Amino acid sequence: MTGAVRYEPVIGLEVHCELATATKLFCGCPNEFGSDPNTNVCPICLGLPGSLPVLNERVVEFALRFAHALRFDVPEQSIFARKNYFYPDMPKDYQVSQYEAPILVDGVLDVDGTTVRIERAHLEEDTGKTLHMGGGGRIHDAEYSLVDYNRAGVPLMEIVSRPDITSAEQARGYASELRAVLSALGVSDVKMEEGSMRVDANVSVRIVGTEELGTKVEVKNMNSLRSLGRAIDHEIERQVAMCEAGERIVQETRHWDEDEGVTHGMRSKEGSSDYRYFPEPDLVPVAPTDEQRAAARDSVPELPAAHRDRLVAEWGISEADARVLLDVPGLPGFAEAAVAVLGGGTAKDVVNWCTGDVLAHLNETGLSPEVLPLAPDGLAELVGLVADGTLSRNLAKDVLGEALREPKRPKQIVEERGLAQESDEGALAEVIDGILAANPDVVAAYRAGDDKERKKKRGFFMGEAMKATRGSGNPNTLSRLLGERLDG
Amino acid sequence: MSDRISRADVEHVAALARLTLDDDELDRLAGELGVILDHAEDVAALDLTDVAPTAHPLPLVNVLRADEVRPTLDRDEVLEAAPAAEDGRFRVPRILDAP
Amino acid sequence: MTAPGGDAAIDVARAVRSGEQKARDVVDERLDLVATRDPELHALLLVLGDQARTAADEIDARVAAGEDPGPLAGVPVVLKDNLCVRGVPTSAGSKILDGWRPPYTATVVDRIVEAGGIVLAKANLDEFAMGSSTENSAFGPTRNPHDPTRVAGGSSGGSAASVAAGFAPLALGSDTGGSIRQPASLCGVVGVKPTYGAVSRYGLIAFASSLDQIGPFATTVADAALLLDVVGGHDPLDSTSIASGVERVTPRLDQGVAGLRIGVVQELTDVDGVQPEVRAAVAAAVDVLTAAGAVVETVSVPSTVYGLSAYYLIAPAEASSNLARYDGVRYGLRVDGEDVAEMNGRTRAAGFGPEVKRRIMLGTYALSAGYYDAYYGQAQRVRTLIIEDFRAAYERFDALLSPTSPTTAFEIGAKVSDPLSMYLSDICTIPTNLAGHAAISVPFGVDDAGLPIGVQVLADALGEPTMFRVAQVLEDGAPAGSGGVAP
Repeated sequence: MTGAVRYEPVIGLEVHCELATATKLFCGCPNEFGSDPNTNVCPICLGLPGSLPVLNERVVEFALRFAHALRFDVPEQSIFARKNYFYPDMPKDYQVSQYEAPILVDGVLDVDGTTVRIERAHLEEDTGKTLHMGGGGRIHDAEYSLVDYNRAGVPLMEIVSRPDITSAEQARGYASELRAVLSALGVSDVKMEEGSMRVDANVSVRIVGTEELGTKVEVKNMNSLRSLGRAIDHEIERQVAMCEAGERIVQETRHWDEDEGVTHGMRSKEGSSDYRYFPEPDLVPVAPTDEQRAAARDSVPELPAAHRDRLVAEWGISEADARVLLDVPGLPGFAEAAVAVLGGGTAKDVVNWCTGDVLAHLNETGLSPEVLPLAPDGLAELVGLVADGTLSRNLAKDVLGEALREPKRPKQIVEERGLAQESDEGALAEVIDGILAANPDVVAAYRAGDDKERKKKRGFFMGEAMKATRGSGNPNTLSRLLGERLDG
Repeated sequence: MSDRISRADVEHVAALARLTLDDDELDRLAGELGVILDHAEDVAALDLTDVAPTAHPLPLVNVLRADEVRPTLDRDEVLEAAPAAEDGRFRVPRILDAP
Repeated sequence: MTAPGGDAAIDVARAVRSGEQKARDVVDERLDLVATRDPELHALLLVLGDQARTAADEIDARVAAGEDPGPLAGVPVVLKDNLCVRGVPTSAGSKILDGWRPPYTATVVDRIVEAGGIVLAKANLDEFAMGSSTENSAFGPTRNPHDPTRVAGGSSGGSAASVAAGFAPLALGSDTGGSIRQPASLCGVVGVKPTYGAVSRYGLIAFASSLDQIGPFATTVADAALLLDVVGGHDPLDSTSIASGVERVTPRLDQGVAGLRIGVVQELTDVDGVQPEVRAAVAAAVDVLTAAGAVVETVSVPSTVYGLSAYYLIAPAEASSNLARYDGVRYGLRVDGEDVAEMNGRTRAAGFGPEVKRRIMLGTYALSAGYYDAYYGQAQRVRTLIIEDFRAAYERFDALLSPTSPTTAFEIGAKVSDPLSMYLSDICTIPTNLAGHAAISVPFGVDDAGLPIGVQVLADALGEPTMFRVAQVLEDGAPAGSGGVAP
């Protein structure tokens, strides 16, 4: 042991997820991403004078379903409160949220064998979106800003963990598992990139062996699990360095800068944290009935942990592959639909394509599986084409690439591009004979050469054969025919 | 004149309420708010630790609506009311502070 | 023949439905009266002459076609200008909203139009309904039709004065701490504050959401009942709207008070500064009710003495939040600034009048860190006490009685420089709002200067049917010269 003081991080996460309802939290405007600005608005979500909110029943249903999945307590009553502060993305200059009496309290989430306690989950409305004009689009350098209220009033659930997390890795695991649960429950799209799931981290450090919590810093603006991990690691390093240098850590909010890999402190106005919460007089308490509670319990589907175990057992895939698959919203359903078309035997192939090329495409384009031109039965078709020898794996990769981008079935692409694998012995024998006849010197060198030389020449002939068949020759057949002629 | 509220308190409250008040207004409000709060002292002085607060005069709970889409407003009509708009959005001066 | 503007809404509707009278003639007659009288009174902020005539012609066409346009057929109605009507400028008496045209209509207005009523004009009010004299209107005060040197009361002074002047037999106002009943009392008309939740607030520009209620003004109790029956009842657009149990009051008007137990609220009658004639009017009202067979006694509702203080913490707190949205971003006034916060601050400083600023400041203070428990939290506990004390009183009494206002109409300018004395005008009306109960002001005699006096009947939540029975008996037994259109 050196005598040096060692520090350990204490981390709590606040996760905001947009709920996948048809309409907003307090009005009938569509809850839709990507519409023209200020088209999904009405007097209520614009906060026009005289308008009043009425709670969306689906939101309560979703919260109760979530409660069952994470073993929350559901108090008799929860109430909405107004959080008062001025900001142009907030139409009423207060946010309707839940403060003293949230809808869910005391849940737990199992993360890789450890348990993270969840203090509360509450409902609140989302804000609008601002666009910063001039100054490179950065908020403080902009000349002016433009506001779109389509997102204003979209229902959010904020899930606040206790400070039970001890590493960036565990934080990622928690966020990932939570995302999988929310996705499986069908209550949220949980896309960090689109902002339908936002994760803020409260990070502090303390001397190992002490109980007292250090000053916490809230880190925001991470738009992927990877940046969540990087931001937390960076913040831990920053705080440890400050402690070691004898500097005092200030309680503040810091913004993660993905490009620079650092966090920046944010300006805040004096007294801006005095939110003057008070009970929202325009809404009445939520008191879930026995019927609502029972209906929610009955609607909880298979949860990710059980789902992973089942796929490992039934499909013979690895735990790691199951995790990758279940981590992508919509992808498990996509894979299961493809397997259902094919029957169980080729499930492993389906999963390989899904977690390989399909996932890479989703990551690259930011699309979700449901909106791909390729339907699950299209992927099944592709797997079938490989299994029956029509298509080589390499060509299948190309076909899949096209099928992911164009509304064409794999079979159609194979036909259009003449890609079907040539397995006809007569035709392939003609090709081989032609190549051997045209290259007598290589044939001679083969026959005279050692094993190493023979292998090289064999490779040359195979290459020529593939060239002659424009890649469609069945490599197994070609190889056998070549062997018969050279060695026979 | 009451000195219950200081001039600094009034300035702080004006900042929270986003009201740009001039010196005369700040001075006058310090006095007026003090008088009103003096009057409210009868309430502030009561011992009500055992009394539950009433946020709402009605005992209603669970007022919910179906998750069904309703008509939205016409954007032109909405933006016509705005002091400034651009590209289908509300235009505001630059934003200096974080929310 | 009655004097111009003297016909009751019930009579107008009956005549229009039967084809005896044209809605167009009714509207033209009232508009003539407005043109003659309103330049002096300034009860109205906007007269919707063309729209009202067009609507009247449509009503007449429907009657001619054999249709029944409904219980308010051809009846002109004046709306307090904090009620939204699609496309019609709605200012709430504030410069900050001057010229704003709501893209939607309040539920109560839809119901009036569906019942055949005709929206005639938007009435003046204290800015955002904050005041007791209509002197806080950004567009100048309303004068009392009984004496134009005096206030009409407030905040619904324009609505009260319109009915008192005969501009329309019916008007709607809003009542947060007495804003319907006090001007009704000062203008000598009937004014009703319904049970919280009995009338939808959807489309009412909010002042203090847990206290605000919309209610009718009329020259008679029966007319007030008619309008309440039309606008009341459940509205899915208002979460605080009562879903069931809101009974129509009209069928109960003739049931009398024989056998009813009525309590005179000591704390609301023996208030400081109550005018002797007002006290005498309450005593005379007791005699009328006793003669009609009611059992009248004095009752104490002790915690109502804290009503004013609790109200001036709760209402400004809610208002400070409700009025945050007037920030120069989406509608209304904008005064430019270097950045958005400066723009917000300048806009609000220029757009709000002194009383609104005072209440926003007071409410912000009462909710702010370190003061919430002592002020806002404490006021909410007082609210509980008041509700409990009223509950005890209503175990013994069917309805309660008190003055509506400690005084009759005061001179314009008399109280503007002393906010607290102005607030005291609402001392008798505020407890009803804090409890969420119902109350009505009925004209009952005049003071030595000939100014109207109002007597207030209070009832438990959803106690309107009983309350209207008592009000009807008081109206029938009131001294000659009570109520009706001002001469």
